[in-house]
Amino acid sequence: MTAAGLTMVEAIDLALARAMAEDPTVVVLGEDVGKDGGVFRATDGLLARFGPQRVFDTPISEALIGGLPVGLAAMGFRPVVEIQFMGFIYPVIDQLVNHAARLRNRTRGRLSCPMVLRAPYGGGIHAPEHHSESMEAIFAHVPGIRVAIPSSPAKAYGLLLAAIRDPDPVVFLEPKRVYRAVREPVSDDGRALPLDRAFVLRQGGDLTLVSWGAMLVETLAAAEALAEEGVEAEVIDLATLKYFDADTVLGSVARTGRCVIVHEAPLTAGFGAEIAARLAGEGLMHLLAPVERVAGWDTVMPLPKLESRYMPSAERIVAAARRALEYR
Amino acid sequence: MQIEPTQVVARFEICRSGFIAADGKVGAELPAFARERATLVALYRSMVLTRAFDAKAVALQRTGRLGTYASSLGQEAVAVGLAHPMTPEDVLLPSFREHGSQLMRGVSMKELFLYWGGDERGNDFAGPRRDFPVCIPIGSHAPHAAGVALALKLRGEGGAAVAVFGDGATSKGDVYEAMNLAGAWQLPLVFVVNDNQWAISVPRAAQTAAETLAQKAIAAGFEGLQVDGNDVVAVAHAVGEALRKARSGGGPTLVEALTYRLADHTTVDDASRYRDDAEVAGHWKEEPVARLRAHLVAEHGWTKDEEEALIEACAAEVEAGSEAYLAQPPEPPEAIFDHLHAELPTALAGQRSRMLEEAAR
Repeated sequence: MTAAGLTMVEAIDLALARAMAEDPTVVVLGEDVGKDGGVFRATDGLLARFGPQRVFDTPISEALIGGLPVGLAAMGFRPVVEIQFMGFIYPVIDQLVNHAARLRNRTRGRLSCPMVLRAPYGGGIHAPEHHSESMEAIFAHVPGIRVAIPSSPAKAYGLLLAAIRDPDPVVFLEPKRVYRAVREPVSDDGRALPLDRAFVLRQGGDLTLVSWGAMLVETLAAAEALAEEGVEAEVIDLATLKYFDADTVLGSVARTGRCVIVHEAPLTAGFGAEIAARLAGEGLMHLLAPVERVAGWDTVMPLPKLESRYMPSAERIVAAARRALEYR
Repeated sequence: MQIEPTQVVARFEICRSGFIAADGKVGAELPAFARERATLVALYRSMVLTRAFDAKAVALQRTGRLGTYASSLGQEAVAVGLAHPMTPEDVLLPSFREHGSQLMRGVSMKELFLYWGGDERGNDFAGPRRDFPVCIPIGSHAPHAAGVALALKLRGEGGAAVAVFGDGATSKGDVYEAMNLAGAWQLPLVFVVNDNQWAISVPRAAQTAAETLAQKAIAAGFEGLQVDGNDVVAVAHAVGEALRKARSGGGPTLVEALTYRLADHTTVDDASRYRDDAEVAGHWKEEPVARLRAHLVAEHGWTKDEEEALIEACAAEVEAGSEAYLAQPPEPPEAIFDHLHAELPTALAGQRSRMLEEAAR
């Protein structure tokens, strides 16, 4: 940890190094993760420190990168796999859905698959085509895997350690817009943050804002803007989408009666729909206004020139909050 | 730099081997193991047992007591031949027609029936704890085999992974991606192509323009060879050599075993829709069980009494396995939750309770 704190990329690197140091079965695989240290440098220095028996540059071969860890994990290793961008993760889905997620269940526990699939995701950094999508709901739908999304360097460190130590497969999606945008102190104490648990980033009694990943930047900015108008918004960082912490969300909405869900993924069948459905099913009597969703449009993620038109802004979140607050 | 005239920069050839001809006669000098009567009888027994298991599985399916089943009729020499040289340290990653291999590896008949009967406990092998369950999606277990082989190599355990898939699977990227890595990293891995000529209704010729499937290994930088897949000796010899090479750091090998699917693709398929009876009838003359029997009779004095005793013993074994399967009560419904993760996630506890409430009603 430096005096100024760490970026998310540095925190991920630190967590990987810590996990590899404490557990010799942890291995790191992917394209360019070795000498290059990953295209975002999230695996920087691992090859030099742990050697070629622990850090593997694979051919550019995504079905393989998805399937190789299934064999390794079944044999007692804990592979942490990097897919360079979420847009390249689709060939991995077959392996994840048909094999990694099912191995423990279909062998009644004889074999298991404690792998972590890491991928940078999301927009806002003017990346090329196929680099900026936010398709986390696809993974959250798959039985047998967890989906964790850190929102800050410290969360990345703690959640990644938890993901690696988890005895089952975890998809770990890293909001690359946050990779270098902020620094915060990260203590390399080897302490994991709990999976399946949401974090309350800001307390407030007037309204609940729920989000995850990079969208918490806009969500917190919206909460700040609302505070200036005298509205106290509670901000929840969902952190783990699968299995999401419904108790924290329902508990908050029971107090505030109003909820805005924010994600940059497309609206329809996005993970916000699941939260809204749970609120409708289990929190209806507490709701004072319809649940609002601020999301990406149901369009293809545009190329950089229009991406700011696609992604939810703090203004859109504030507008949704006002609608929820004014509903009678 | 001087411009050179066009030069040949690579050449390759693919060899096919076989030892025992369709009439049981020896066509090439047998490897040492295949000169021993006891070994041949053991191989023959495994093939007869596999065929008996197969017939029983189809019968159980036809009478509503087993799910959709993929028969291995006519392909017993591939399954039995590849498992013969494997040791307990090796790891088998089968496709769905290697029942014979699984039996030889120590998967019980009851477990096989359980799996095909729709019970996940059939994949919790009491015997070969590290072997993979069958892979239903085509060829997607080839990358797992690369992972297993990498694990074996990293640990220096000395075993090898054996991945088996059909001719159709060689059209898939997963298979090539795994082969490519196995070659690049010299993994202890043997790929066996159970080349039964038909990927459901798509014939081998429509699958690829490549003359052989074995040559697909050449692009990945390692040896590919063909064997007569109806000759159990040829399969066992080739896989045995490949395993020796793999275990000693020589890298992967692809063995293409030429055989024929005498049955429908599965019990819900009707192969008469897409292939001629005459073609199938022709292949019956090549089939592996009769071939080895003919060889045993001609070269090792295999008697009618021995044959009858063997058939009876295999039938009894299959009957016992089937009865054990049919007597097995189903798992409690909550099992669908209890093995999904190492520990039941809190978020699933409610669903599990609701399911039990529904079940209790």
